[in-house]
Amino acid sequence: MKKENEGGYGDHISHEFNEDLAALNADFLKMGYMVGEQLTNAVTALIDGDGFKADEVRAKDKIVDKLELEIDDEAVRIIARRQPAARDLRLVIAVIKMVADLERVGDEAKKIAKSAMALSEEGHAPHGYVEVRHIATHVLEMLHDALDAFARLDTEKALRVMKEDKVVDEEYKTATRSLLTFMMEDTRNISRCMSVMWVLRALERVGDHACNLSEHVIFMVEGEDIRHTPMEIAEKVVER
Amino acid sequence: MSMNMNMSMNETIVSEATQPQEKAMTEKVVVEETNAQSAPIEEGKTVGKPFVENAKYKLRNVEVFYGQDRAIKDVSLDIGRNEVISFIGPSGCGKSTFLRCLNRMNDSIDICRIKGQIMLDDEDIYHSKKDVVELRARVGMVFQKPNPFPKSIYDNVAYGPRIHGLANRKSDLDDIVEESLRKAGLWNEAKDRLHSVATGMSGGQQQRLCIARAIAVSPEVVLMDEPCSALDPIATARVEELISELSESYTIIIVTHSMQQAARVSNRTAYFHLGHLVEVNETNKVFTTPEHGLTESYITGRFG
Repeated sequence: MKKENEGGYGDHISHEFNEDLAALNADFLKMGYMVGEQLTNAVTALIDGDGFKADEVRAKDKIVDKLELEIDDEAVRIIARRQPAARDLRLVIAVIKMVADLERVGDEAKKIAKSAMALSEEGHAPHGYVEVRHIATHVLEMLHDALDAFARLDTEKALRVMKEDKVVDEEYKTATRSLLTFMMEDTRNISRCMSVMWVLRALERVGDHACNLSEHVIFMVEGEDIRHTPMEIAEKVVER
Repeated sequence: MSMNMNMSMNETIVSEATQPQEKAMTEKVVVEETNAQSAPIEEGKTVGKPFVENAKYKLRNVEVFYGQDRAIKDVSLDIGRNEVISFIGPSGCGKSTFLRCLNRMNDSIDICRIKGQIMLDDEDIYHSKKDVVELRARVGMVFQKPNPFPKSIYDNVAYGPRIHGLANRKSDLDDIVEESLRKAGLWNEAKDRLHSVATGMSGGQQQRLCIARAIAVSPEVVLMDEPCSALDPIATARVEELISELSESYTIIIVTHSMQQAARVSNRTAYFHLGHLVEVNETNKVFTTPEHGLTESYITGRFG
């Protein structure tokens, strides 16, 4: 639930403190949307068999990595110079942890791009694209919702993302099972099916990272660390 | 500076006694100015954990008036044994006024009246038969500016024990002086110059001398009113280190404008606002997830 007296981060006496926090916020979201774009492009490259696009994704991952370092640096500077407390402190700490998740999502996009390049050379895999498209759409939505929850301090949305992760896990299991069947039917499919399998695995991991982001959003807003706790506790914290 | 209030004959003492009065006047003005702000505070309602078990001080429904103005509004609070508690809040919020109630320093202000109950070890300190001299020996005080007597280092520390008759022999007094200076972390710096004048020391040393002087009479509680605001960061760190060591033997109540200092030294933090005690909680909680919006605004620098 949103707390009263929310006010955002822009109402400090110190103008520069406002700007520092706003910049941290903006840079984090920029990185988030860049990572989302990377993921979209990687999946499109895979489905279209577009090696060129896949290569672009791999190159752009360096920019994502650089953003991670920049944001961490900003956060450290804010801690050193402003000694943030309470929700400002929680924002900074949450961002430090969340950029690590975003960076990993970027790595997963890179992995998918790699598989896309392999498949564009080997030729299309016979199966699994429907599942890839489906799960990719799902986890991208989760990623965007998690970022949205961060931007709006919307913990209810964050909680929904966490619940979606369970659904993605199921979808992933079903997809791998059907791919296994295809591999057993025709051993010539194994190599290409394995590539698709890695892609599915990467997408499933993205769902996990979106879930982590949501946990940090809830920590940031509510001040309660709900990692490694049952969903019911997270629900109680958010409903409070 | 627990003992100096008892000696109205002494010159230093007289100037000290007038100091709170001046402060009180300025505080009164600020309260009026900030009254215009609307704040969602329920009177007498303190969020968090104002009460503890086995309390040293029990304060119930305390109100302090300067003439017609109510500087402290229905405050109830327990202060635990061997606890370090810090009082924070914007200027004029009443935290110093409240601190000065704890050893009746406000007695010297004519227009100041106090309502409610302040119990030290279950004794009402405002009881008409209460001996204020004895109270102030039990509840020492350290002020914002180091204010050693213009005497030798030795005499500064020996002053209280002499008045209160704590030492019969010279050697006993020597022991008290040494022990107090050791506890205040000043012994090594002062042992070779015990008989040189105290005002020749640096500000940080003078403040630690004042702490040594306060603890020389073996108080149970030490009140500190912004003890580090006139000190440099190194001297501040020394005093803070001292506070954590002293908390093993004393209850320490510290008023500070430095929120980082409150965060560093205290077990619990109390936030005052316009004479209300808004929130009392574990320091860890106050600086990570404060319960009251006003506390959060203050500690994150959002006030106005």
